[in-house]
Amino acid sequence: MAVRSAELAAPAAAPSRPGAWTVLARFVRKKPLGAAGGVLMLVMVLTAVFAELLQTHDPIATDAAYTLGRPTAEHWFGTDHLGRDIYSRIVHCARVSLIVGVASTLLGSVLGGLVGLLSGYIGGKTDLVTQRVLDILQGLPLLVLALVMVAALGPAIHNVVIAISIPIIPRAARVIRSSVLSIREMQYVEAARALGVRHLRIAFRHILPNTVGPFIVLCTAQLGSAVLVEATLSFLGLGVPEPYPSWGRMLSVSAAEYAQKAPHLVLVPGVAISLAVFGANLMGDALRDVLDPRLRGA
Amino acid sequence: MKTYIAQRLAIAVLTLLGMSLVIFTLLRLAPGDIVDILFSTAGYVSPSEKQAIMQELGMDRPYWVQYLEWLKQIVTGDLGKSYRYDLPAWQIIRPLLPVTIELAALSMVVAVLLGVPTGVISAVRQDSTLDYVLRVISLAGLSMPAFWLGMVIILTLVTWLQWIPPLTYVPPTEDFKLHAVQFALPALAVGYRSSALIMRITRSSLLEVLREDYIRTAWAKGQSGRIVVWRHALKNAMLPVVTVIGIEFAFLIGGLVVTETVFNLPGVARFLVQAILWRDYPIVQNLVMFIAIVVILSNLLVDMLYGVLDPRVRYGS
Repeated sequence: MAVRSAELAAPAAAPSRPGAWTVLARFVRKKPLGAAGGVLMLVMVLTAVFAELLQTHDPIATDAAYTLGRPTAEHWFGTDHLGRDIYSRIVHCARVSLIVGVASTLLGSVLGGLVGLLSGYIGGKTDLVTQRVLDILQGLPLLVLALVMVAALGPAIHNVVIAISIPIIPRAARVIRSSVLSIREMQYVEAARALGVRHLRIAFRHILPNTVGPFIVLCTAQLGSAVLVEATLSFLGLGVPEPYPSWGRMLSVSAAEYAQKAPHLVLVPGVAISLAVFGANLMGDALRDVLDPRLRGA
Repeated sequence: MKTYIAQRLAIAVLTLLGMSLVIFTLLRLAPGDIVDILFSTAGYVSPSEKQAIMQELGMDRPYWVQYLEWLKQIVTGDLGKSYRYDLPAWQIIRPLLPVTIELAALSMVVAVLLGVPTGVISAVRQDSTLDYVLRVISLAGLSMPAFWLGMVIILTLVTWLQWIPPLTYVPPTEDFKLHAVQFALPALAVGYRSSALIMRITRSSLLEVLREDYIRTAWAKGQSGRIVVWRHALKNAMLPVVTVIGIEFAFLIGGLVVTETVFNLPGVARFLVQAILWRDYPIVQNLVMFIAIVVILSNLLVDMLYGVLDPRVRYGS
């Protein structure tokens, strides 16, 4: 084995961990699409946080004199059928969509992750039964399950979150379970067991931290579909209720009737939804390549 | 093989049973029932009258009786009665089925025709500009709501081509050309979205196969690129693709829910949304159960196809 002289010269210098900026720069260079997705998501988060500062008008103020207005310097994206400023509404929708998207993704992923962790670690009959129960939840298309859930729970923002998170649970459980199954067999886990560490501690302290990679990948991938489902539910009139502005509902109220007179009513909210989801998907793809080498290129 | 099929069928039946319980419970959680909704427009209704309706609809019985009754109906193929229309559910659903089946099939065809070739091109030209472009286009498809894509298609036609799509459903017997156009547009919207996943899986699966020894052998023998890729590699790369197409089918039904609404097609999926809004329990229950059965059967079918496509797969172990 050849050892380079530089390493011999400074044997004591521990390999320094690359700084956060170096890691970021490397990510941007290697995954330009992922970085673009990251920028899109950053824009979305900033928009959501600073919606009040970014708005040019009151998002719910109507202006009867200026309905269905074309985009102008005053109203950047035009106005809707009630004369409300579309740009300001779009900005505020980012907040609602992001809160609903992130909350439901986290809720579903954490619950599913816990189920996956325990069922993978305990194994045996518990695992078998859990898998069958997850099959039940996965046997329905995400949107259909969310539709029925939201109809059952009633129109409220937290119910929309619950309805979107439930279909995520089996998907999260599957991902975490499969990585737990391989980690469980590792020697350090065996060593911990030999030392007499309690099962719960092994599961949460020794195994759980090693599932963080797949967990992050899972969350980014699900975030996109959560935002899409929210938009779809709102479009159908079953999503985020008034007075919260929602991209999906902006499409349902305005689109059909006024589309011909004011095509921007259809175009703007749809582009906003697509960009947000596109950002999450691009980011998710890149993160998966980096954090989950088994799926590289998939 | 036989025991394997029997096992899988048994699991499928158990899953469906569990699902029926979930659906039944969920719909009973819903605030406000059909009686309230039926009377909401009628103003004041005496409690005894309400009671009579509840009794007629069988809603005064304990839940477990209602559940068992429903199970019996499913098993015997009796779809019950719609509360809202006062008609047998089957009578309402049956004319809607061909619309949804036609749309689903067309969308699937679009998805496969778009997804597989682009996936192959992307894999063969890995990391080229073309690969990047195709991947971005397919990811964009995954990111756009299918219903919005439908709206944009309609808007484009109306605004730039001055062509207004028919507002109501045109049966093929009446005007076949118009019917074809009417279905092609939503099929494009749904199919494009579904093609994204197929493209991605085709690409990654083909990339993996292209690195195998027997492909190198084929190259070494001097076979043309086209034959190596399309005949030797794709055959083995199709296995995961078939799985995804099976899964995609379930996904597609979800997409149809909104697309049928946007394009005003009288299909089952649009009807499901309306039934949910009206809380028409029997219809929702049966439609969702029907979707579940279709999904589970298509998954089962995909598993069976494995053995046909790949002789290495052995069942029963």
